[in-house]
Amino acid sequence: MGEAIVITSGKGGVGKSTTTANIGTALALKDQKVCLVDTDIGLRNLDVVLGLENRIIFNIVDVIDGNCKLQTALVKDKRFDCLHLLPAAQTNDKNDITAEAMKDLIAQLKPDYDYILIDCPAGIEQGFSNAVAGADKAIVVTTPEKSSVRDADRIVGLLEKEGLQDPHLIINRIRKHMIDSGDMLSVDDIVSTLSIDLLGVILDDEDVIKASHHGEPVAFQPDTKASISYRNIARRILGESVPLMSFDEEKGFMSKVKKIFGMKAK
Amino acid sequence: MNDSMQSVLMKGTQEGITVYLNDECSFEQLLNELKTKLETSNKEDRTELILHSQYRYLRTEQKKQIHEIIEKNSSYRIKQFQSYVLTSDEVTKQINNMSVRPAIRNVRSGQVHQVEGDALILGDINPGGMVMATGNVYVFGKLRGIAHAGTDGNKECVIVASYMNPSQLRIANKISRSPDYDVEGSDREFAYINLENDMIEVEKVNYLPKVRPNLIDRLERGIENG
Repeated sequence: MGEAIVITSGKGGVGKSTTTANIGTALALKDQKVCLVDTDIGLRNLDVVLGLENRIIFNIVDVIDGNCKLQTALVKDKRFDCLHLLPAAQTNDKNDITAEAMKDLIAQLKPDYDYILIDCPAGIEQGFSNAVAGADKAIVVTTPEKSSVRDADRIVGLLEKEGLQDPHLIINRIRKHMIDSGDMLSVDDIVSTLSIDLLGVILDDEDVIKASHHGEPVAFQPDTKASISYRNIARRILGESVPLMSFDEEKGFMSKVKKIFGMKAK
Repeated sequence: MNDSMQSVLMKGTQEGITVYLNDECSFEQLLNELKTKLETSNKEDRTELILHSQYRYLRTEQKKQIHEIIEKNSSYRIKQFQSYVLTSDEVTKQINNMSVRPAIRNVRSGQVHQVEGDALILGDINPGGMVMATGNVYVFGKLRGIAHAGTDGNKECVIVASYMNPSQLRIANKISRSPDYDVEGSDREFAYINLENDMIEVEKVNYLPKVRPNLIDRLERGIENG
C-alpha cells in the first residue's frame, strides 16, 4: 500500500511542480514505484517539466467523469518504467472535480504504487481542498522570501485543519550570499517561524531552470548541487537519515582554523 | 411597610455620600422618597453619590430612572451604583473573565485564537495570526502577529510574551503597531496601557508588578477557576 504525499505551498511560483517532478524522479532512481498526480486543473505544467506533454491523451477529469479507465490516463515516463504521471486537464477548471472524487482516485492508485506525489495548485480554494483530500502526508515548499513564508504558515494551519498534522518543509531557491548579507531569510529563521520539520533545502541553481527547459528533471543529473539535494530529500522520505548539505564553498586553511576556534567562516 | 420608616438613608463617608436604598419597600416608594430627600438638598452641592441598593437588583432602566430624578432635583452626581447582588449571567461572565485558558498550539497566519478570560499560549503567534482575549494575553513563545487583550474594553489588561516582536498590539480600544522598518524583538516583555497618557507602552517583565500589582492575585484566582 502506497503513501500519498501532497506537495503544496500556498503561494504560486515557489517550485511545487519542479519539486514534485524531482522528488518523483529521485524516488524512481531508488527503484520506487511512483505516481505523480497533477491537480492544477486548468494550469497544468507538471507534464511540461517532465517533458511528457506530447504523450497526454486522457487526463484526471476524464478519469473522474468516467470517460476512460484510470490505467489508460496514466502516462509512463520516458526514463523510468516505474514513474507514472496522471496529468491535469487543461480545458476544465478546479471546480469540475470534488474532494470526494479525488479521495477515491488516490485510494485506487495506492495499491499499485509505493509513493503517490500530488502536485497542489497555488491558492487555498477548491483546488487546494481537492489536492489534500486524499493525502496521508504533506510537504510544504517555500522560498526564503517573507511573502512565501507567510503563505506557507497559512498553509500549515490549513493542513492541520484538514487533519494533516506535522507537514515537512522544503526550502527552495536559497541564495547563500544573500542570506549572508542579511537580505534574505535564513534557513533557521524560516524553520523557527514555521516550526515544522525540515526535509531539505535546495540552492538556487541555474541547472534547475535549464533542466526543466529541456523537460528533464534536474534530479536525473548525477552531479549538480540541486540534484544531490533532491536525491537527499528522496532518501529522507525513504527513512534514511541524511545530514543537510553544507552551503559553504570556500575551503582552505584559514576557514578551517576559524572553525576550530568556533568563529564563523565567511 | 411603615410610612414613617426611612427607605432612603444618606451617610457621609470619606469617598463622598453613600445613599442606602431600602431593599424591601417598592421601587416607586423609593423613587418618591428619594425625590423628597433631594428637594431639601443644597443646590450648589456637587458631591459625588454612591448609590447602594443593598439586596435589591437594579435593572438598567431602573438605574436610569434614579439618574433622572437625581439630575432633576439636585446638583449631586452619581459616582457609581453598588449592590450585594448580581445576576447569574454577570457572575458567569465574571468567572469566565477571570479564568486562564491555556492552549498548546501555534497560531499561524490567518488563524484567530479567541478566548474569554486570560489567554495562555504555549507556542508562537506567527505574523498574520491573532490572539484575542477579554482578559490578559500570555504568550510562552514568540509573539510576531497581533495580540489583543481586554477585548471587552478593560484597559488594565496586559500582553506578556517570552519574545516580543508583534506586528500590532491592541489593548481595549488602543492600537499600537511596530515601526515600518525591520526591528529585532526582545525577550520577556509586556505591554500595557499607561493610564496617565493613555498610550500602550512596552517594558521588561520584571517591571510588571510595579505597573499592575494585582495581576498575580488575579492570575492565581484564575488558575483555580480555569
